[in-house]
Amino acid sequence: MSKIKLITKGLVKDNPTFALVLGMCPTLGTTTSALNGMGMGVATMCVLVLSNMVISAVARFIPDKVRIPSYIVIISAFVTIIQLLMQVFLPSLYETLGLFIPLIVVNCIVLGRAEAFANKNSVIDSACDGLGIGLGFTLSLTVIGLVREVLGSGSAFNWHFLGGDGMLIFVLAPGAFLVLGYLMVLFKKLTAKKEE
Amino acid sequence: MTYVIILISAIFVNNILLSQFWGICPFLGVSKQVNTAVGMSAAVTFVMALATCVTWLLQYYVLVPLKIKYLQTVSFILVLAGLVQMVEIILKKISPQLYQSLGIFLPLITTNCAVLGVALMVVQKQFTFGGESHMLGLGESVVFAVASAIGFGLAITLFAGIREQLEISEVPKSFRGIPIALITAGIMAMAFMGFSGMV
Repeated sequence: MSKIKLITKGLVKDNPTFALVLGMCPTLGTTTSALNGMGMGVATMCVLVLSNMVISAVARFIPDKVRIPSYIVIISAFVTIIQLLMQVFLPSLYETLGLFIPLIVVNCIVLGRAEAFANKNSVIDSACDGLGIGLGFTLSLTVIGLVREVLGSGSAFNWHFLGGDGMLIFVLAPGAFLVLGYLMVLFKKLTAKKEE
Repeated sequence: MTYVIILISAIFVNNILLSQFWGICPFLGVSKQVNTAVGMSAAVTFVMALATCVTWLLQYYVLVPLKIKYLQTVSFILVLAGLVQMVEIILKKISPQLYQSLGIFLPLITTNCAVLGVALMVVQKQFTFGGESHMLGLGESVVFAVASAIGFGLAITLFAGIREQLEISEVPKSFRGIPIALITAGIMAMAFMGFSGMV
């Protein structure tokens, strides 16, 4: 039960994007389409699960003073692995996401979970926590990407259902801020109702 | 001439905050007052110039000759973390006054993706000036880093000015805090789009 709770809490209650407001850079930068957002979310999720597992396993042996640099080394090692794998197997996605892949290292979600959860919980729990938060992140990036794609290019998951081009502004930079802003308002409104 | 183009392009046209989305966390976090925004941008300018200089040398004199370019991410982030720590210690020793005003922002910069982003960009991307594209040299890289940081400072300071006004105006309940900040940033990004096509 508790493991399922660990996984599902990241979806709404502890959603990294809408509730915790962490990792804003990739959230805004990579969501030009639903698939791009999803790709970024899955890449981050892989890093999150793997680094959470390793950090929870070795946390006991790391002196307290050097723990942050050590976590960063572990995280960046996994980021490099994911980067190399994507370069080989998903070259076009790698090309679109560009520098945002190496920038997963400085994504505050990953280091935040290591510091707040993984270093004091078991390997399995940490993996579940990483999976939950990762799924929440993937979900929000996909939703933002979908909204921007529908409004901006009149398509969904690369499926063009409109003849025209859509409103280009939503694919460009200002659209990212506007869509995320309004979705956050919607999220606040919905969760506030639930609490009442 | 190249330097002028780099300056204008990095400050206005390709503003790292409003068109690349690097450094959004401090952009939303420390932009409630103009004073702190100015302090943060000064610290970012200083660290970004120094960091780009060091990582450029690391890339071309260590990683490339040894054929270990795949260690780029790992080595850059370690160098950056070390550098920030070192700057903090040196600043504390030689200029306590400067440390007083910049000190609190320094630890935040390690996780500022703008610094790592710019450091990675100057060694990965080809830049086009007047029809020919090439990798940036050391001088150009540092100018690019300083210009990016100025662009960051410009955006965050303007934004802080707007947010100070927002604090005292009536905002609908669901919009309070981050959402209205994001929407404001969106409108600012639209204004900055007016510069596109300039270079």
